[in-house]
Amino acid sequence: MKHKTFFWFVFPSVLLMIAFIALPIVSVITQSLYSEHEQVVVVVENCGPFGCTESTSVDQEATAALREAEPLGRWAGFGIYTDRNHLAIDEVAGAWVNSDGMPDFWRTLMNLPFYSAMAFTLTYTAIVTPMTIILGFVVAIVVNSVARSLRGPTIFLSLLPMIVTPLVGALILFWMVDARGILGTALQWLANDPNLSVKASTPLMWIMLMVYGTWSSIPFAFVVYYAGLQTVNTDTLEAAMIDGASRWERIRYVVIPHLMPLTTFIALIQLMDNFRVFEPIISFQAQAHARSLSIAIFQDLGGETRLLSSAAATSVLTIIFVAILLSPVLVRTWRDFGKQR
Amino acid sequence: MSVATRRPLSVRLIATGFLAIWLIMAAFPFLWTLWGSFKVEGDFFSKADWLNSLRGTLTLTETGGQFTGDGYYGAWIQEEFWRAALNTLIVCICVVTISLTCGTLAGYALSRSPYRYAFWLLLFALIFRAMPPVTLVSGYLLPFFEWNLWGHLSTTIIVLVAINQPFTLWMLHSFFKNIPQDLDESAMVDGCTRFQAFRHVIIPVMWPGVITTGLFSFLLAYNDFVVTAMLLTKENQTMVPKIASFLGTTQTKGNVMFAVAAVVSVTAPLFLMIVFFQRQIVSGLTAGAVKG
Repeated sequence: MKHKTFFWFVFPSVLLMIAFIALPIVSVITQSLYSEHEQVVVVVENCGPFGCTESTSVDQEATAALREAEPLGRWAGFGIYTDRNHLAIDEVAGAWVNSDGMPDFWRTLMNLPFYSAMAFTLTYTAIVTPMTIILGFVVAIVVNSVARSLRGPTIFLSLLPMIVTPLVGALILFWMVDARGILGTALQWLANDPNLSVKASTPLMWIMLMVYGTWSSIPFAFVVYYAGLQTVNTDTLEAAMIDGASRWERIRYVVIPHLMPLTTFIALIQLMDNFRVFEPIISFQAQAHARSLSIAIFQDLGGETRLLSSAAATSVLTIIFVAILLSPVLVRTWRDFGKQR
Repeated sequence: MSVATRRPLSVRLIATGFLAIWLIMAAFPFLWTLWGSFKVEGDFFSKADWLNSLRGTLTLTETGGQFTGDGYYGAWIQEEFWRAALNTLIVCICVVTISLTCGTLAGYALSRSPYRYAFWLLLFALIFRAMPPVTLVSGYLLPFFEWNLWGHLSTTIIVLVAINQPFTLWMLHSFFKNIPQDLDESAMVDGCTRFQAFRHVIIPVMWPGVITTGLFSFLLAYNDFVVTAMLLTKENQTMVPKIASFLGTTQTKGNVMFAVAAVVSVTAPLFLMIVFFQRQIVSGLTAGAVKG
């Protein structure tokens, strides 16, 4: 295909991506280097019969005018990155010196908003991704072994948790585990504790969020593995059986290696999606117990005063983490492409 | 199935049991909420006895019937959910149309170009796909405020199309790779330009792939919360942020049921979509994977 034709074919798509993905990233980086204007303060001297007093007041008009004139704010350099709400360099350094032992240091770290959000996001990603892969694989193996006529309805029902809007799916689960809902009541009965409430307990909330995450992404892993299972070479399986391989050994040494490339694919997609965990926390109203990086940005943007700069700094840090997470995949894709040529 | 590969009874029992558990886990929450949406709040959340939600004791005393449509009435008429539904409809139709138009052109070009920059474009699309949308939203707000673009449906539509592009590109790229190159090349030998070849030869055979990709574009627009919640004014809200706003403001008695009714209303179209397009969804999910 000629260069010029190629250009015109991809032009609309590339224009959109540059305008609404690439430029916003530049905009976020710029914004993160500026901070809000401080209020303009004027000193007024009031002179009365008993001498003069000085009072300070906020000049609303001047403040508004300044914010109007320079909406970005004033130059702050890396100040926002290092403040308490983000990397908190001073606090971390202080805690490192002053704390006695790792547990104490860890506790201080977890009280800092950015690090606690980071901890939740990473824990969530690290637990939900493998759980999804394992359970999705098991469901695929099981569905593959049921009668052919049952497969259609099974796939239909299995797709539900994934296709349904994340916010909605999480809400449905949340209402069920509410202390007055059916699962909540069942949990109270199982734990034999009538006051047990998932809403009130941080560990239970984390577990619920991860259960939701796994529940909603099992279908994806299942469907991909199921498609992969249809292409397993039956000759190899039979050969393994003649050689005396047991059921488990056949899965371990024939099926799993065959599905390995699919696992990489699922892991990649799941890493990207789990790292941005967001909707379930809104639905579960769990902001007090678990904050992810996305939630941190969203809260900065959504409050009474929009903390654009703070949100921008967190966004940049998130983007850097995504890049680190993705780098092995990018390097691999790059090498594969080199081989093809 | 031959005798040798037949499974022993114990394995079959475990497999069936596991499958039954998974199916209940996958489907039961939806059935339960559908059932509960026709009850009053006291039954949907019953403190006294969970069987109340089955028997509808309070629903009977409060409304005089086993089932009540109060939640739906409250959500759709009183809280004007129909307006949100209309907005969602507009957003979804526009997003799907625009992103498929741009996506097919670019996806076709990418699948036919042997040059390195095509690969780079795909690689960048992959990076963009990994960006959490909320990080981008924080980049939109200030410029949109400055240029008075904030709050309109059209802005949101364009943003959703753009966020959708990377995925659309990858998917259509792999679909077009499966259409043999000889097809359009022979048309060009016969004197067509590249665009004519695309128009007369490729477009008639591309529909299965385009429909599948369209389904996923639809899902993205329909399910989105971050972009629609941050970029739309209250009047222009779509369904998903509207549900979220039910949770925040209306905690008075009975209003939770508005949210429940709204949740069921949002789920229903998706349910129908799976009924009619199950095959396409499954093929779409596996398309990227099987290619590797």
